[in-house]
Amino acid sequence: MFERKSGIILIAGIGFFALAFLSNAVVPVLMYQHMPEKSVKELINGNLRYQFEDLAQRFPEAFEKAYGQPPADPDQASTWYNDHCESALKLGHQIYVGEGCWHCHSQFVRPVSNEDRRWGPVSKSWEYQNELQRPVMFGTRRVGPDLCREGGRRSSDWQAVHFFNPEALSVGSPMPKYPWLFDGAPDKPTIRGLALLTYIQWLGSWHETYPYYEDYIPVPIKTASKTE
Amino acid sequence: MSAGTNIVTADRNFPKHHDLVEERLVLWYFVAALTFMTVSMLAGTLMGLQLIRHNPLPAIEILSPGRWRMIHTNAIAYGFLANAFLGIMHWVIPRLTLRPCLNRQLSYLIFAAWQFVVLATAVGLIFGQAQGLEWGETPVWIDPVAQLGLLLVAINFGAPILQTRGPMYVTLWYYLAALVWTFLTYAMGNFVPEYFVCGSSAGAVGGLFIHDLVGLFVTPLGWGMMYYFVPILLKRPMWSHGLSLVGFWGLAFFYPLQGIHHFLYTPIPMFLQYGAVLSTIALELVVVTVIINFVGTLYGTGGLVVTNLPLRYFYTGILFYFLTCLQCALQVTMTFQALIHFTDWVVGHAHMVMFGVFSMWQLGVMTYLIPRLLKTEWYSTKWCEWHYWASAGGLLVMSGDLILGGLFQGWSWAALQPWDASIRLSIPFWSVRLVAGFVIFAAQILFLLNFYLTWRNAPRTTPVTEPASGLATA
Repeated sequence: MFERKSGIILIAGIGFFALAFLSNAVVPVLMYQHMPEKSVKELINGNLRYQFEDLAQRFPEAFEKAYGQPPADPDQASTWYNDHCESALKLGHQIYVGEGCWHCHSQFVRPVSNEDRRWGPVSKSWEYQNELQRPVMFGTRRVGPDLCREGGRRSSDWQAVHFFNPEALSVGSPMPKYPWLFDGAPDKPTIRGLALLTYIQWLGSWHETYPYYEDYIPVPIKTASKTE
Repeated sequence: MSAGTNIVTADRNFPKHHDLVEERLVLWYFVAALTFMTVSMLAGTLMGLQLIRHNPLPAIEILSPGRWRMIHTNAIAYGFLANAFLGIMHWVIPRLTLRPCLNRQLSYLIFAAWQFVVLATAVGLIFGQAQGLEWGETPVWIDPVAQLGLLLVAINFGAPILQTRGPMYVTLWYYLAALVWTFLTYAMGNFVPEYFVCGSSAGAVGGLFIHDLVGLFVTPLGWGMMYYFVPILLKRPMWSHGLSLVGFWGLAFFYPLQGIHHFLYTPIPMFLQYGAVLSTIALELVVVTVIINFVGTLYGTGGLVVTNLPLRYFYTGILFYFLTCLQCALQVTMTFQALIHFTDWVVGHAHMVMFGVFSMWQLGVMTYLIPRLLKTEWYSTKWCEWHYWASAGGLLVMSGDLILGGLFQGWSWAALQPWDASIRLSIPFWSVRLVAGFVIFAAQILFLLNFYLTWRNAPRTTPVTEPASGLATA
């Protein structure tokens, strides 16, 4: 058996591979069956819509160039924003993958090494049950910071300038420049630039602690009223 | 491949070497492999320069270091390692089975198809079409072509192996299993997390893929190669057949089970993470048996490692293999992971495995085979020596430097220092790594030049009957 072709093909080649696939891949799939995969449309939440409309305010010309004018009717405008937000999120994810962002930025907070103090709540499986985490963007290397709680933490202005020229804001940053996401200036993001900004602001937007700031303690209302 | 078999071979009317081995194809594969290695090293240099903020070509879309970082890994895995393995298999399998590959035209078709796959991957990555899967960034539209290519490879090489009668030699166990595993691994990794499962489950499958690509594609082809070439160069059989069995079956059982160790402390269920950790440590024990077997084979003739260059490549790789696996058994523990995950420690480890072990082995085989294929001695054996020392030395410095740098990065993060502190402290390590990279790069360029000049010296005719030296017929 151990030196025969059949043993090597059937037991080692197929059998052991199948055993590993069953125990290491099929088991988690079955365990998370109760959490169906969310589509991109289902991922749009209040925080993200706020950020997307904020892009329209900050970069009005670029936004109009990319997406046109929203309809005047508020209901139609809401659907219009949602639709464009969805396509921006998809394109932003595609750029995030295509540019290899995920090779220098992880997207999960570990329960060790003080990571919850730096990045925010430890990552849970439900956060990843969606179309944009297929394949999952966990990442294996952190040259730059983790990004799964990045959304809302910094303004889209900051993010835009940072993509255009990282060293302008993070002194000594080894991050490459991404001027091709802009029409020559950081206040003129192209449709790809807007999409990546949307994607970055989405990260963590599903969380109660969005945006997450290190060591940020909300001022209790009682103390606030006392000081007045 | 004992000496006894050779005597039998000489007596009986067995097929001749030139009827079995398509030598031209082996050479073509080597040329392709070394070409892609150059591309990969250019890409690595670009990323290395970017990290120390001296990128000479910044802000150019198609030269984005992020994209070229993926070319670096993919060109090594599919361009260098795969091409070199295919070339070497075209030499080894027909000679071991005494049967040519299934079909000569098919062999050439596979060669062309594989170069198309690698080139298309590179072009796709340059234009930002990567797939979001580490080591599997091949754009999704190429995946079916690559999958078909792997099927053809399995058929073309599988045919002569399956036609053999009686017991198979160790090399063929590894090769046969690798043909099945590579096909399955590629299918699992490139399709399941892309189309079928998301989130933590996709992470589990992605981890299996990252690991199986090393463990079930590169490792068995590498060890298969060692079990073939080491006894030939030493002119003695493997020390223990029993240990060969333990090594193969231990690897086959434990290797596929450990993929999740790439994603420890993620939301993937803890018991699966512990399982991956345990099987990784278990594999270390298996690896020790393999190392013992190879050291046992060398025992008493250790001096040959000094005088015989290909053999020195092999045993250097074996030493690095022992080191990386020892490192694996330690770094896979949760305690180590808390510190070193996400750091350059892992990058150092990866370079030690991919370059220190498998590339060194392949370069050793090339050093051995190229004079036999070209029917002429190396243009400069001194350059071959330089190639070895600069490769081994550069790699030792590079991985040592990155492993050490990783520790400092991990401590800086755990201490909650500002992020840029971890960047500042990395700069010296990244600078040393870049210099080590240049040394390795220069060594490979020298090797390519030596290869070219040797080729120019080669006899113009297509001599297929005259083996260059005694070893070529062994």
